[in-house]
Amino acid sequence: MIIQQISVFVENRPGTLAEVLGVLKEHEINLRAMSVADTADFGILRMVVNDPEKVERILRGAGYAVKSTPVLTMTVDDTPGGLLTQIEKMSTAGINVEYLYAFAATSANAARVVIKVDNLERADRIVNGETLSTGVGKEKSDVPGFYW
Amino acid sequence: METMAREQLGELQSARLIQQVRRAYRQVPFYREQMQKLGLLPEEVRSIDDLCKLPFITKQDMRDNYPYGLFAVPLAEIVRLHASSGTTGKHTVVGYTSRDLGIWSEVMARTLTAAGASKQSFIQVAYGYGLFTGGLGAHYGAEAIGASVIPASSGNTQRQIMLMKDFGTTMLACTPSYALFIAETMHEMGIDPQELSLTAGVFGAEPWSQKMRLEIEKALSIKAFDIYGLSEIIGPGVASECSCQNGLHVNEDHFYPEIIDPLTGQSLPYGEKGELVLTTLTKEGMPMLRYRTRDLTILHSEPCACGRTLVRMSKVLGRSDDMLIIRGVNVFPSQVESVLLGLGETSPHYQLLVDRIDNLDNLTVLVEMTENMFSDEIRRLEVLEHKIEAELASALSVSAKVRLVSPKTIERSEGKAKRVIDKRNI
Repeated sequence: MIIQQISVFVENRPGTLAEVLGVLKEHEINLRAMSVADTADFGILRMVVNDPEKVERILRGAGYAVKSTPVLTMTVDDTPGGLLTQIEKMSTAGINVEYLYAFAATSANAARVVIKVDNLERADRIVNGETLSTGVGKEKSDVPGFYW
Repeated sequence: METMAREQLGELQSARLIQQVRRAYRQVPFYREQMQKLGLLPEEVRSIDDLCKLPFITKQDMRDNYPYGLFAVPLAEIVRLHASSGTTGKHTVVGYTSRDLGIWSEVMARTLTAAGASKQSFIQVAYGYGLFTGGLGAHYGAEAIGASVIPASSGNTQRQIMLMKDFGTTMLACTPSYALFIAETMHEMGIDPQELSLTAGVFGAEPWSQKMRLEIEKALSIKAFDIYGLSEIIGPGVASECSCQNGLHVNEDHFYPEIIDPLTGQSLPYGEKGELVLTTLTKEGMPMLRYRTRDLTILHSEPCACGRTLVRMSKVLGRSDDMLIIRGVNVFPSQVESVLLGLGETSPHYQLLVDRIDNLDNLTVLVEMTENMFSDEIRRLEVLEHKIEAELASALSVSAKVRLVSPKTIERSEGKAKRVIDKRNI
């Protein structure tokens, strides 16, 4: 399914990540998935949260450069080769993966990943099938209190 | 010339100024209009003491008259053009007649001679050759003395050192920071400067301190001389140090120096610190009457032990505007601003960070991140950084590193951002 990911610009120096996390804590925002990509000078904090629009507003209000981007999420079997199966489907279809990271908490036998690709909808159809991708809105997730 | 009695020099300066003002009035519409605005006729300038009646000319006036508006001779008489980088991408252009080039060679010959050069010298010119006046200025001066010139131009430091060693270079001409860089490379290559024939160096095109002089002298086992010049006036050769190394003798028979209060424009007496204003007394191609250099210094009229009667200026003590000199190149913060605005995606919040690392000037431009520029992909942000770096390099003629910083992190003082942090100890 396609979800909205929030990205924040953070400088690569001590304390900057803590500042962003502090703002999120203050507003009682729980992170479902996150990753930090970095260069020598700066990093990008990417995260999946419950109410992306609200979080975007909060962080912008706190003075951060924020961006909301549609990304793909999919479940993979929590077994060796589970991720490979899904990635192979995409590479066969010529879809390029920009970046990928895993969710913090999932059910016992399946893992969930966030993935940014160059052809989002096509990738969604390939890995999640036609029916699932129509589930836009408030779908219950397998983690209590968290919905898509 | 250099030891002429002051009174006699004054007469020469007066005679030359009268001619220069008349010619400028007749040939250059800009000067004519400026003088007419003040109701001043060229005949009213009767001696060098009347110079203060004339209005100033600034770099902005040069830009407004780009490229040839200030030339006082038909273009066919111009035999050389030089240029320095300007704030809005436009250069400031200067033109020389063949007589001007002769004067330039003469003043540079004086400069090199004062530093000990002779017919027997091997002078390695490691200033850049090109639109920048440093390379060709030093080159022609060295040839005028009859010395052997090694036109190495700047860069390729290991080759510079090899040339010094193999050709027996006795004098080096380059920027002071490059001299230190050469010394360091020499050390890394395991070459002892005492094994070389090098005895002296003439260094200019950027401000440097007494401390840096001692460092260069020690590292290269030479005597280091400060030279001063600017392309608007002629290039290097406006003023230079003698063996006393106690101020730079201004070649006053060609360039008349004044010191003014940069805020009021009022003339200040010798001994007081202020902005240097220069008037060319002999230049044909592009006469400059009362050019505001923006360089802060002090003029000293006390006699010098070397016997030269020409006034001395202190080492340049600073600027009366926000211009930076980075690796010999003039950089204005506003140039950076126009590049950033030209990209259309950045906010004009930026800061220039200048530092000297391994004796070379380093420019970093901090650019505040905006929502427009931001992306969730590192790759895109790196492309953006490189794009800004490329645009800056082409606009400034000097490379700069771009560092993206968080929004609103660049210090603002009284609503106005502090544009420059210069950490160089000079």
